[in-house]
Amino acid sequence: MSEALFIDVRVDEPTSGDPGLAAKLEEVCPVDIFRAGPEGVEIVRENLDECVLCELCINAVPAGTIRVIKLYAPGEELRA
Amino acid sequence: MRFFEYESRAIVAKAGIPVTRHGFATTVAEVSELAEQIAGPVVIKSQVLSGGRMKAGGVQFADTPAEAAGHAEQVLKLEIGGQMPRGVLVDSRAAVRHEYYAGVVWDGIRKLPVMLFSDMGGIDIEEVAEQQPEHVARAHFSTLRPFSEWQAKQVIASLGISGTVLGRLTPILTRLARLFLAYDMTLAEINPLGELEDGSVVALDAHMDMENEARPRQRELLQELGVGDEETRQAREPTPFELAGEEVDAQDHRGVAGNVTEFDGNLGLVIGAGGGSLTLFDAVRAHGGNPANYCEIGGNPSVRKACGLAKLVLGKPGVDKIAVMMSIVSNTRVDIVARGVIKACLELGLDPAEKIAIFRIPGAWEEEGFKILERYGVEYADRSVSLHEAARRAVEKIQGGELAGAR
Amino acid sequence: MSILIDERTTFIVQGITGREAVNLTRECLDYGKGAKIVGGVTPGRLGRDVHGVPVFDTVAQAVAHHGAAIDGSVVTVPPAFTKDAVFEALENGVKLVVIVTERIPRGDVAQMVELAGDRGARIIGPNCLGIIVPDVIKMGGIGGPAKDAAKSYSSGPVGVISRSGGMTTEMSSTLTAAGLGQSTAVSIGGDAIIGSSYAELLPLFEADSQTEAIVIYTEPGGRMEAELARYVLDSGSRLPIVAFMAGRFMDEMPGMSFGHAGTIVEGKEDTASEKIARLAEAGIVVAEEISQIPELVRGRIATTV
Ligand code: SF4
Repeated sequence: MSEALFIDVRVDEPTSGDPGLAAKLEEVCPVDIFRAGPEGVEIVRENLDECVLCELCINAVPAGTIRVIKLYAPGEELRA
Repeated sequence: MRFFEYESRAIVAKAGIPVTRHGFATTVAEVSELAEQIAGPVVIKSQVLSGGRMKAGGVQFADTPAEAAGHAEQVLKLEIGGQMPRGVLVDSRAAVRHEYYAGVVWDGIRKLPVMLFSDMGGIDIEEVAEQQPEHVARAHFSTLRPFSEWQAKQVIASLGISGTVLGRLTPILTRLARLFLAYDMTLAEINPLGELEDGSVVALDAHMDMENEARPRQRELLQELGVGDEETRQAREPTPFELAGEEVDAQDHRGVAGNVTEFDGNLGLVIGAGGGSLTLFDAVRAHGGNPANYCEIGGNPSVRKACGLAKLVLGKPGVDKIAVMMSIVSNTRVDIVARGVIKACLELGLDPAEKIAIFRIPGAWEEEGFKILERYGVEYADRSVSLHEAARRAVEKIQGGELAGAR
Repeated sequence: MSILIDERTTFIVQGITGREAVNLTRECLDYGKGAKIVGGVTPGRLGRDVHGVPVFDTVAQAVAHHGAAIDGSVVTVPPAFTKDAVFEALENGVKLVVIVTERIPRGDVAQMVELAGDRGARIIGPNCLGIIVPDVIKMGGIGGPAKDAAKSYSSGPVGVISRSGGMTTEMSSTLTAAGLGQSTAVSIGGDAIIGSSYAELLPLFEADSQTEAIVIYTEPGGRMEAELARYVLDSGSRLPIVAFMAGRFMDEMPGMSFGHAGTIVEGKEDTASEKIARLAEAGIVVAEEISQIPELVRGRIATTV
């Protein structure tokens, strides 16, 4: 499986370990980048490059716990 | 979607239009058997989708089953217009007194179906219409109100046809008009429609085209005829490259990245959408370029799909560079397509800056897209560069590259 | 002024809860003076709202809620349901139906057009992006999000009619960049049978005092361009017309379909070269490249004034 080239998503505590938020993220992301796993949020790495920068994930969790990083533009990222 | 003659005859017969006694055969043995059953003179007709069967020797007459078998052996092996026959039609040879033409097509200007009828059947109707227009009668009919027999009668009678034969022709044209609408045809034609020595009227040949868009709702008829979903019935069979394009497009339901047609040039095209693709293909040729393919991207496809299409085009033997060009996009996103084509290059171990001759897609999310292209050193253009200018730059790059290689 | 729609036009969106329809609704509400979308219809979704637009189960409910006749409808339902949706709109007094849906069999399109004729209504499309009056209103996805549409379209003297939705924007953007705005731009759709052809829209532009010239995008296939040429010759239109013809390469490939469903060269009349000849006979100039269009338009506006 090829690595993501354009987008990375980082999920920090407390969001990453919260099963409720994991389910919510799985629902809101239009391109299936999040999966609700037994230990909380999992990132589906092969879908990362499909990210449409819609910020729905960012708005669904406590401020600052999700960052959507543009790998093609050093220093640019989306966060609450 | 075009039907073979044996299928068209089945459709006509299903609609209650009399046909001559006939059968479809794929082997010489089957032909002999059918000829025995018919027990009289027969015609062996090659079953291909292209025209010009007669000229190519795909239609042969036989008086005995043995003769029929001999002809069938030849016809079954005969390629016509680049196509091997699906089989042959074994038709009883009728004693024909007169040949008529009956057809129904769409009139895109009046936006109604139109019946055509002629008392000069057996030859090309367009020729008759041009040279002897007084022998072709036509009438439009409603798609909302039920078709009534008098409409057919009036068309036929307008040619001066009267007597018993008018009464026999009328229900045939009526049924043809009704089946045209019921089965979503774009062309339904009986030519010739024969009046036999005994006064009966039968379809001696039939030609049907069904609208592709209607295939889902005509499944029942298609199943009855044994036409599978995989049969495209295009003017020519799709190449493996084109089939691979369909696969790319089918991998998810987001947008379109496909409709690929193969050509033999060195400049791969990743272009869109409908009108933009047509314009760009012309533009590349106008500047002396040799396109390797036609294709269409539109409707906001996924990165995966854009990547798949670009990979397919990049991987085509003889392709040196690709040009990624579209008319201004509003639904499709510039950044998503940029990601897709760059990813395709990298996954094939190629340098996007070198392989992408030009990227000209202005519109939705262009700022983000241009950032990506800049990062990978790909030459890009915004809306101030016209489609033709973008095509010219792509052609210049690839031809410059060739010269450099020759040195 | 404009043709077909203006700032007072009210319309509904049939199939409003679909993904593309939700975007289209947002775009139309945001553009220009803001479209008056008085309702949306998706069966079973009564009581919801899409960007503040109330959703109904039927067109009749939308009309009742609005309390007056509704001028138009944008139809975005899947092909198998389009005919029914259009019939519903027409039977409830809607006079302008923009059909976005593609891949509708022509038998259905012909029925819709016939019923529209019986009801004194007009259909634009199918397989089109709709209508835009620059800076005022757009009805359909034409031009995309409001801020993108604002980049491509500007108000001015040119009427645009195009068989390709995307090329409507490309041509208008080229005109805008050259300082030539548009009175109204109409994406008429690329299918073999469409609700409104060039020749049917031209009289509307004739009657519009703002319009001084017409730009059309054409393709091989069909006889619509021949119809236009005949109309121009017979009527002696006051409007100079500049055309662009794409798909010239298709002349060498009869029977093959590229681009839109309507683009297939079947006879000798519907090739690109034949159409160019017909258009030229009617005094319609055919541009070789889109970038030449503004200059051609300017030259012709100057000569008619
Ligand atoms: S920004 Fe949107 S597409 Fe990207 S990860 Fe978040 S929810 Fe998914």
